Amino acid sequence: MQTPAVDAAPVVAIRDVMLHYFSPDRETLALSNISLEVERGEFVAIVGSSGCGKSTLLSLISGLIKPSRGDIFLEGRKVAAPSPRVGYMFQKDTLLEWRSVLDNVLIGAELLGLDKRAARKRAEDLLRRYGLGEFLHSLPHQLSGGMRQRAALARTLCPDPDLLLLDEPFSALDYQTRLALSDEIAAILRTEKKTIILVTHDIGEAISMADRVIVMSRRPGRIKVEHRITYPSAGPERPTPFEARKCPEFASYFQTIWDELDLHEVQ
Amino acid sequence: MASETVVSNVAHPKADAPVKPARSPAYEAYLRSLKRRAYAIQAWQVGLLVAFMILWEVAPRAGWINPMLTSYPSAVARTFMTMLEDGSLLVHTWVTFSETVVGFVGGMVLGIACAVALWWSPFVHRVLDPFIVVVNAMPKIALVPIFYIWLGDVASIYAMAIAVSLFVTIIMLYTGFSAVDPDKIKLVRLFGASRLQVLSKIVLPASVPTMISTLKVNVGLALVGVVVGEFQAAKAGLGYLITYGSQIFQMNLVMTAIVVLAAISSVLFIAIQGLEAYVLRRSGK
Repeated sequence: MQTPAVDAAPVVAIRDVMLHYFSPDRETLALSNISLEVERGEFVAIVGSSGCGKSTLLSLISGLIKPSRGDIFLEGRKVAAPSPRVGYMFQKDTLLEWRSVLDNVLIGAELLGLDKRAARKRAEDLLRRYGLGEFLHSLPHQLSGGMRQRAALARTLCPDPDLLLLDEPFSALDYQTRLALSDEIAAILRTEKKTIILVTHDIGEAISMADRVIVMSRRPGRIKVEHRITYPSAGPERPTPFEARKCPEFASYFQTIWDELDLHEVQ
Repeated sequence: MASETVVSNVAHPKADAPVKPARSPAYEAYLRSLKRRAYAIQAWQVGLLVAFMILWEVAPRAGWINPMLTSYPSAVARTFMTMLEDGSLLVHTWVTFSETVVGFVGGMVLGIACAVALWWSPFVHRVLDPFIVVVNAMPKIALVPIFYIWLGDVASIYAMAIAVSLFVTIIMLYTGFSAVDPDKIKLVRLFGASRLQVLSKIVLPASVPTMISTLKVNVGLALVGVVVGEFQAAKAGLGYLITYGSQIFQMNLVMTAIVVLAAISSVLFIAIQGLEAYVLRRSGK
């Protein structure tokens, strides 16, 4: 963020995207007129109530589905299929229970045809850094929930993507683990200088982690408003998510976004 | 079991190094009661078997039932030993055993191939689904005479063993394939996986437990197919012994064949149970 972008194009550019879903009995407009740019190194969070199409937006950016109208560009190139430069993290850890932790982390390299030795070294390195060094050859069921999600993070980071799409990656964890892990992951991602788009329905998670929060309306999903998140009271450095939750700005952002989400209309 | 409440403080097996805690007296007592119960169950099982054998031996000798119809364990044992000594029992057993193994392996391989084809093309699945359901519901045994006419005495037995298990295999496996976590498929597609890679990296390995439970069902079914096929067509095998024995009214022979059949099915079933335990242990279930 502080450093000017190396190339002029934003990492992600979404231009006038619409998405329709068809089913035999109806046609649903899931996303309407979405335009959004994400700069290199930026951490953007998208919040919205469930069913607003925020996860769909991630599928569109990843190239798994195509918009009905409009275009999506990754570093200036139109998205047509999944790209190895994009990493995706799921709500569940989706570890493959028949593979060791190490082999789970290596599945990306395996499918992308990356150099095996280098990938293995990087995978072991990542797992050691995340405190899983003793569990390289364990099976996923031998790990706790937080450890499994860290293994999933290592799997996402192993092919060294530039852009990370996080689809509510903490929501399956219990509250304490979630707070601890979001601190850890925020630190990891900031030191790795990745560009990140986090989708969540947890307002606190969004404003404690992201530089920018985008609020989506209910279906058809539109961008309602966006906020640049800063914590002047915490000093010049960005506070960790846990510290950010204690800043006075946190409460006021929370209140504002809470009101914008119209959650009280939900039955 | 009241003792369970006392020892609810079970150490969590996850992540921690396995430290063996000292056993409390209550826990020791609980373990002893478990062991006692296990012995009691085994004793009853053996006792029931022995009681049945005694009744079977005594009832014909006492004239309560006609020995021509039931034979006795001692006579069956004598037939068994004679046939074991002249080698004929091993020949017949081997014939049936190998037909069964070929049948269920064949049914499994064909079934996997068909289920993969249906998974590959949802359109083909939609087209064929009602036919598979109907054929599966039909009693395949009815096809024995037709298979005999079409395929002759040897091939018709294999065909029967496969026919009995094939359709239920297809249905079970296809259901298993469709139940694979869609997020796991999305995961590999995000890494650019082709449909073949989705199959080989996710769908097939995720379905190994389904394959084993299918195998478990199939062992019994294949044996049924083989024996029924042998009734009609064979010149060897345990099914042939049963028909032959009943035609010449040699109950000793019939009973011997049935005992060996029970042994074969137990051996196969236990083997697959062992495989299942191994696989489930690996996947932590």
